[in-house]
Amino acid sequence: MSQPYFVIDGLKASIEGKEILKGINLEVKGGEVHAIMGPNGTGKSTLASAIMGHPKYEVTGGSITLDGESILDMEVDERARAGLFLCMQYPSEITGVTNADFLRSAINARREEGDEISLIRFIRQMEEKMKQLEMDPEFMHRYLNEGFSGGEKKRNEILQMAMLEPKIAILDEVDSGLDIDALKIVADGVNSMRSEERGFIIITHYQRLLNYIKPDFVHVMMQGRIVKSGGPELAERLEAEGYDWIKEELGIEDVTVGQEEEEFQVPMNTTPPEFFRK
Amino acid sequence: MTTDTVLQISSDSVRAFSEQLGEPGWLTELRLEALEAAKKLELPKVEKTKINRWRLERFGQFHQEQPLQSLDELPSEINDLIQSNDGSDKRNLYVQRNGSMVYRQLSDELKQQGVIFTEMNTAVKEHPELVKKYFLQVIQKDESRLTALHAALWSGGVFLYVPKNTEVSMPLQALFISDDRERVFSPHVLIVADANSSVTYVGSYASTDSDVELVHNGMVEIVAEAGARVQYAAVHNLSASITDLSLRRAVVQNDASIEWIVGEMNAGNCLSETSSVLKGNGSKSDAKVVCIGEGSHDLNITTRAVHIGKSSDSNMLTRAVMRDEAQAIINGITKIEKGATNANGEQTERVLMLSPKARGDANPLLLIDEDEVTAGHAASAGQVDKEQIYYLMSRGVTRQEAEKLIIIGFLQPIVSEIPIESVKEQLSALIERKLQ
Repeated sequence: MSQPYFVIDGLKASIEGKEILKGINLEVKGGEVHAIMGPNGTGKSTLASAIMGHPKYEVTGGSITLDGESILDMEVDERARAGLFLCMQYPSEITGVTNADFLRSAINARREEGDEISLIRFIRQMEEKMKQLEMDPEFMHRYLNEGFSGGEKKRNEILQMAMLEPKIAILDEVDSGLDIDALKIVADGVNSMRSEERGFIIITHYQRLLNYIKPDFVHVMMQGRIVKSGGPELAERLEAEGYDWIKEELGIEDVTVGQEEEEFQVPMNTTPPEFFRK
Repeated sequence: MTTDTVLQISSDSVRAFSEQLGEPGWLTELRLEALEAAKKLELPKVEKTKINRWRLERFGQFHQEQPLQSLDELPSEINDLIQSNDGSDKRNLYVQRNGSMVYRQLSDELKQQGVIFTEMNTAVKEHPELVKKYFLQVIQKDESRLTALHAALWSGGVFLYVPKNTEVSMPLQALFISDDRERVFSPHVLIVADANSSVTYVGSYASTDSDVELVHNGMVEIVAEAGARVQYAAVHNLSASITDLSLRRAVVQNDASIEWIVGEMNAGNCLSETSSVLKGNGSKSDAKVVCIGEGSHDLNITTRAVHIGKSSDSNMLTRAVMRDEAQAIINGITKIEKGATNANGEQTERVLMLSPKARGDANPLLLIDEDEVTAGHAASAGQVDKEQIYYLMSRGVTRQEAEKLIIIGFLQPIVSEIPIESVKEQLSALIERKLQ
């Protein structure tokens, strides 16, 4: 394996005619960890989904290449086999398909017919990775994500990543819903996979995760663009001071993009009107 | 089917075929009466499927097939169908080709226990008292034009009798094969489990490919006497030009139980009804049906439980996958009669549609005439979840493979519950093959 080279150039994407990504530029080489930070609703998850090829998002401009080859014409599964992996924020639950059966299908999809991974080797690999992620071996035979807690789903995503050994791994809010112990385990799993042969894009809006996975580059997204890039020190400043100083610097008031699409957030700490409380 | 087409079957031909088989007079008369009744009776009332538009004309001619000394004598095409059921026990096996039995094997152990496992036509002659007592008692011949036609034209079929207090440990198997569309293919299966006995029966229905149309008009009657336990499994894998009409019904007496496992894997139109009449107190029924519809065919699949006995219990599960332009009506009917106190009836129907042109309708029905009962139902019909497809594809599996995984997963909760290992394997293999 060689060092992968992943380039996003001027990427624009929209959902139902609404433009969310307004020209993203990003270069990731093998061995690098890029963190993409930013408040909610700024287009971070859209970027992840657009890279993977989610059918809801339409790419309207720009290009994405992996090792010089455009991935935008590829189907979702072809992108995966080319070496992309998206650790999803909300993985689907699939009844009747066991974790082990699915992973084996996914591995075999990358191999020639007649060269499928042997069952024994597969089981041994899977057991080893599960142990590393402190997962109950019983999860091997559970239906894919069905009835998994939030943290179990995230670990399962990391398990899949470890088994599929992608060239470019994108982690979308992998830290959401994780307690500190689970966060450490997930971070260890990611760190053990860091190598020259693999690049990471880590999407998060908390700096917390970056205490455990040290990024080489930090990018801040607002209004569907990367508005600021820097080294690890940028993340630390964001942790200390929040996003306001960037907004001020750039004269941005509303950081979000395509906001109508966002779910209604129930305001916290509100008290219901008098007559409801009786 | 118009009355004219029924008239095409002449009473002379029915009489001739009954005499050719050497049937007793009462049976010849029964066939002729049924044929007359068929001319007057209507097609059964079927919810939401227009079976009057189906081509229910060709029932085939009777022809006595040559018996086989060994299964190897069968043409390779048919042998392949049997081989696909391999891995199963062949010590107790019945094979019907078109209209008549061609092979039968019953182990000495079961013979000594007094188990009867033979062709229905033979049983009529060899065990007339038993046959008269049970034949066409669970299903009446004049319920509809189709039951009447079956009573007039049935041939071959299986008679299985298990004496009192006899436990048959290994499954008995029957294969029904249609390889000539000019010949009748309407077997009658009668299973009688006498008091406190238990038995497992597996029936497989298969056909060779042909464009010539034929109707399979099959009937299964089961009697579970007090304390008896019957497991009935059937896998139907008939080709597109065969219309499969399958009516299965069990009468379940005090503390007896029936377990149905049905795989409707046909490529053509299918009208299937699987019912349990829970007559006895403490009687039990469990029905599991899986089904894959394809092409532009219609399926109408019904499971039914009729509670008469006190503390009777029924559970019905149907899962159907509809591909291409297939249309399915899935009915679940739980009927609790007055007096069936403490009865419990549960049912679930689920339909998964794979293409925008496929249709599936799940119709749960609870008809309850007694107060002290519990009953429940759940039903759903929906398209394959696009997010699920995206998720699986994002790990590198193709769209086709992703759909296959989802379908197999959808049917898995029923398939994995099948208590007979050979049937589970046969059904899994068939599902895999269908999805290639």
